Amino acid sequence: MKFTLSWLKEHLVTDADVTLVAETLTRIGLEVESVENPAASLAAFRIARVLSAAPHPQADKLQVLSVDAGDGPLQVVCGAPNARAGLVGVFGAPGAVVPANGMVLKVAAIRGVESNGMMCSTRELELGDDHDGIIELAADAPVGTSFAEWAGLDDPVIDVAITPNRQDCMGVRGIARDLAAAGLGTLRPLADVYRMDSLTPVAGTDAAPDVRTDDTEGCPAFFAQAVSGVTNGASPKWMADKLKAIGQKPISMLVDITNFVSVDLGRPLHVYDRAKLSGALVARKARDGEQVLALNGKTYTLDASMTVIADDEIVHDIGGIMGGEHSGVSATTTDVLIECAYFDPAHIARTGQKLALTSDARQRFERGVDPAFLDDGLAIATKLVLDHCGGSPSAIARSGQPPLGKRHVAYDPALCTGLGGVTVAPDEQKQILENLGFSVNSDWQVEVPSWRRDVDGPADLVEEVVRIIGLDAVKSTPLARTDGVARPTATPAQMIERKVRRTAAARGLNEAITWSFLSEREASAIGGGAWSLANPISEDMKVMRTSLLPGLLSAARRNMDRGATSARLFEIGRRYLAEAERATVGVVLAGDKAPRGWASGKAQKFDAFDAKAEVLALLEAAGAPIANLQVLGEAGEHYHPGQSGTLRLGPKTILASFGALHPGTARAFDLDGPVMVAEAYLDAIPAKRTSGFMRSDYRPPALQALTRDFAFLVPADLTADALVRAVRGADKVNIAAARLFDRFAGPGVPDGQLSLAIEVTLQPQEKTFAEADLSAISDAVVAAAAKLGAVLRG
Amino acid sequence: MTDLAKLESETLAAIAAADTLDALETVRIAALGKQGSVSALLKTLGAMSPEERQEKGPLINGLREAVSSAISQKKAALEAALLNARLATERLDMSLPAPETPQGSVHPVSQVMDELAEIFADMGFAVATGPEIEDDWHNFTALNIPETHPARAMHDTFYFPDGKLLRTHTSPVQIRTMMNEEPPIRIIAPGRVYRSDSDATHTPMFHQIEGLVIDKGIHLGHLKWTLETFLKGFFERDDVVLRLRPSYFPFTEPSVEVDVGYSEINGKRVIGGSEKWMEVLGSGMVHPRVIANCGLDPEIWQGFAFGTGVDRLAMLKYGMDDLRAFFDGDLRWLRHYGFSALDVPTLSGGVGA
Repeated sequence: MKFTLSWLKEHLVTDADVTLVAETLTRIGLEVESVENPAASLAAFRIARVLSAAPHPQADKLQVLSVDAGDGPLQVVCGAPNARAGLVGVFGAPGAVVPANGMVLKVAAIRGVESNGMMCSTRELELGDDHDGIIELAADAPVGTSFAEWAGLDDPVIDVAITPNRQDCMGVRGIARDLAAAGLGTLRPLADVYRMDSLTPVAGTDAAPDVRTDDTEGCPAFFAQAVSGVTNGASPKWMADKLKAIGQKPISMLVDITNFVSVDLGRPLHVYDRAKLSGALVARKARDGEQVLALNGKTYTLDASMTVIADDEIVHDIGGIMGGEHSGVSATTTDVLIECAYFDPAHIARTGQKLALTSDARQRFERGVDPAFLDDGLAIATKLVLDHCGGSPSAIARSGQPPLGKRHVAYDPALCTGLGGVTVAPDEQKQILENLGFSVNSDWQVEVPSWRRDVDGPADLVEEVVRIIGLDAVKSTPLARTDGVARPTATPAQMIERKVRRTAAARGLNEAITWSFLSEREASAIGGGAWSLANPISEDMKVMRTSLLPGLLSAARRNMDRGATSARLFEIGRRYLAEAERATVGVVLAGDKAPRGWASGKAQKFDAFDAKAEVLALLEAAGAPIANLQVLGEAGEHYHPGQSGTLRLGPKTILASFGALHPGTARAFDLDGPVMVAEAYLDAIPAKRTSGFMRSDYRPPALQALTRDFAFLVPADLTADALVRAVRGADKVNIAAARLFDRFAGPGVPDGQLSLAIEVTLQPQEKTFAEADLSAISDAVVAAAAKLGAVLRG
Repeated sequence: MTDLAKLESETLAAIAAADTLDALETVRIAALGKQGSVSALLKTLGAMSPEERQEKGPLINGLREAVSSAISQKKAALEAALLNARLATERLDMSLPAPETPQGSVHPVSQVMDELAEIFADMGFAVATGPEIEDDWHNFTALNIPETHPARAMHDTFYFPDGKLLRTHTSPVQIRTMMNEEPPIRIIAPGRVYRSDSDATHTPMFHQIEGLVIDKGIHLGHLKWTLETFLKGFFERDDVVLRLRPSYFPFTEPSVEVDVGYSEINGKRVIGGSEKWMEVLGSGMVHPRVIANCGLDPEIWQGFAFGTGVDRLAMLKYGMDDLRAFFDGDLRWLRHYGFSALDVPTLSGGVGA
């Protein structure tokens, strides 16, 4: 919402300068986004008279002027064809900066003749497009004074962000009212502002126009007045200047009046050319599929939920949002109908959202215009039309009733302290509320002014008082602190994420955060998605990820494209499955595991066991029972079928998948070479049972452990994990650990078989092992292995 | 010279002359071996008369001592020389690079979230979470934002075909917490949020942190203190100055926007003082209707809520200037702005790293 300081001062009698106004606005909740004074860049330019003009001795197109800018004659070289003795124009002295091109003026010789500044064109001062000659001012313009000030350009433009609750401040009037309540001046009576004796409706002689509302939900009230015999010329300078100052283009008197009243009073109006209407003008529901060509040149297709203004033949207005092209006023318009209606905010919002159409009118109606201002608004509009376009008014047509019900709030002034944290004397609170237009009776029943649709409870009144008093008055008050040291607040799930994150970082992985949404192509490479946005910002961000891998793989590819030779990335985030969002950590290892080195030789690539090592470390950090996990298959289609696996707790609960990425999937992400990936499903990890801080008793074995090696020939499809488990399980008392240390296939090992060697750690309990004990354990190990088809190598 | 003296000087000379362990061993055998010259002398002791033995014994034993001591010393010297010679051949260029270990890092958003959790834990706030795929009721309606409310236009919402949506703020967590927990409540809710917006300072996904206090007798002064305490703790500066401005959010009444004072140093915004102002937080007293929507009695319970961008807090504290880089996964950026695994924010060690 833009307005100028002088515009504000039409409503507000105040000596405040723009700085104070801006500070006050921000302080009371009308946040100033910018203050710009067009005069600021013109401060160095003064009004000057050309005393004489003589031809330049060296150049046909130049003249040598003698210019008086208030300090006596100065020699200025000028190329403008209209420069002549007696002309009064705008002079920039050396040091001034030309707004249009940023050039700093200085004393310079132009084709051998000294020039002490410049006479300026309209375009050079960014006041228009004219560059045919220098500016010509009225002959009596005061030489030597500031041009900007004389031209009325010294009027700062204030841009205020109006929050959606403050429709009343979508007009300069409402802003002035708030400032007056904040003590910045007094509000001038509205009739005075418009130079009217009173705001009573303008009495008309002609018959009232034929208007009515058939849609009292969408358009509860439709008021109108006609004026016949108007002349639609250009608007007067004061109005055109105001509109221009806030960036609106003056169009014609009638259009400018509606735009001006909309900004000045927050009251949208519409003016129809009566010659284009046929029959009664009616507010009604649109018919499904009905179309209207709006003033913005676009055709909108309407539906039966939308309110329109139509005559017997066509729709002329998307009610409260935008007028139609057909019945808009033009230079030849002579008879007009002025519409001043009340549209229901919710209807306007829905229609505007459906049509994706914003307008100044919609902004105001959907916030809720003052329902008690229809007659006043119409009176002001008619007065402006009569004053500036002539003509004779009709009687007023009023169809329907705006919602005028009085609203009261029971208020306790103590709430100001209890909720607002600042104590304000009840009398002062009463005064503040009354200054804002509320009425307060003796038992604190507060009547809400018709223009404050947002206020409906005591908390709202606290806000009114506090914002006018100023939030600086609110004193910081410590929250009560519980006794003792702060207690831990993180949940087990949060602790798991923290441990996993810092473990990954400690192991050399870099944490990335990638988008939660993927392109369909990325998502389908990992099995698609359960949730697709109906209105994605782009096709690249459409499907909610069901795996963290696509985002990490794309990030890895971007790094490779930038020349990285290695990427170890991880992310902790959610997968978005049909039934739930699941906490997950994803890992991608791409490129070189280690670069070529003087000691290690060629660069090493990652292999699937690197992914396994990472995911096991992360699971362990997360508190998963690593020793109990089984390695099984079915990691997923996007994995290398022979170099991947799942880590499961029991046959069903999958805690992680890991392995080499399927070459086809790698290609889908434009990644060369082997890529290793893993995902651990953090919310599948069983909660740890906690039993206090106390550890179990420390009882190191009294006797030293010993190791025995066993080498087996096994069928090639037997997994090492199965054999190790079988061996470890052969004697649960005496075997403390079993670890595979060799795997061999080749000479000496029959085809279809493997040699697997296992180091078994034996822990004597009560007494050292006798030879018979050891051979019994050994027999048990061999027997357990034999069940899997393993034969001890001779 | 006696025979003994001669034998001693010859043997010691031979020991001194031995330049290898093998040569030394040959000398040792010649002197102290079974057939050795010194051993032979020792054997003569048994045949001597007591008087003679008394006289010769110490001399012969002294000779043996001198010879074996000289051999030990010579042996040690030769071994040391041998080791030195071997070590000299094993010299390596110790300026050669050691094996490299990859440098991992923690993302600044995670780090800042940990910092915030630490600061707020000290003020008694627990960390709460909620779903990102939300329903309309939790994201809007319960927060006093009805369907046609103009405030909905402020949220560029991503929708799913079934009407669910991606939460536009972390405020639905407030609702879920108030519905599931008995007051008094003190929580913060950090997490991903989504708005259909993309330019240099907006990304369609970003991180917010929401704070909520519901108790008896909570007022704007408590909000002001909490935000001041939080920002002073976060930036680790005592000169953090806040400016509260009245504003509007449908879910709070009164609503307050919070600016923090900063100054511009070398083109970077440095928090502190009151030279310039920048908006950092939205906040207010929870709207009585929101409290009632969650099944609590607004006549008994009141409180405040606030929200701010985690990414923005990170940018202000650590000096990044492009939000989009946060989500690119560029290793150069992650290493430059990331944190070491052991930079765990703690109150005793400071929450900044």
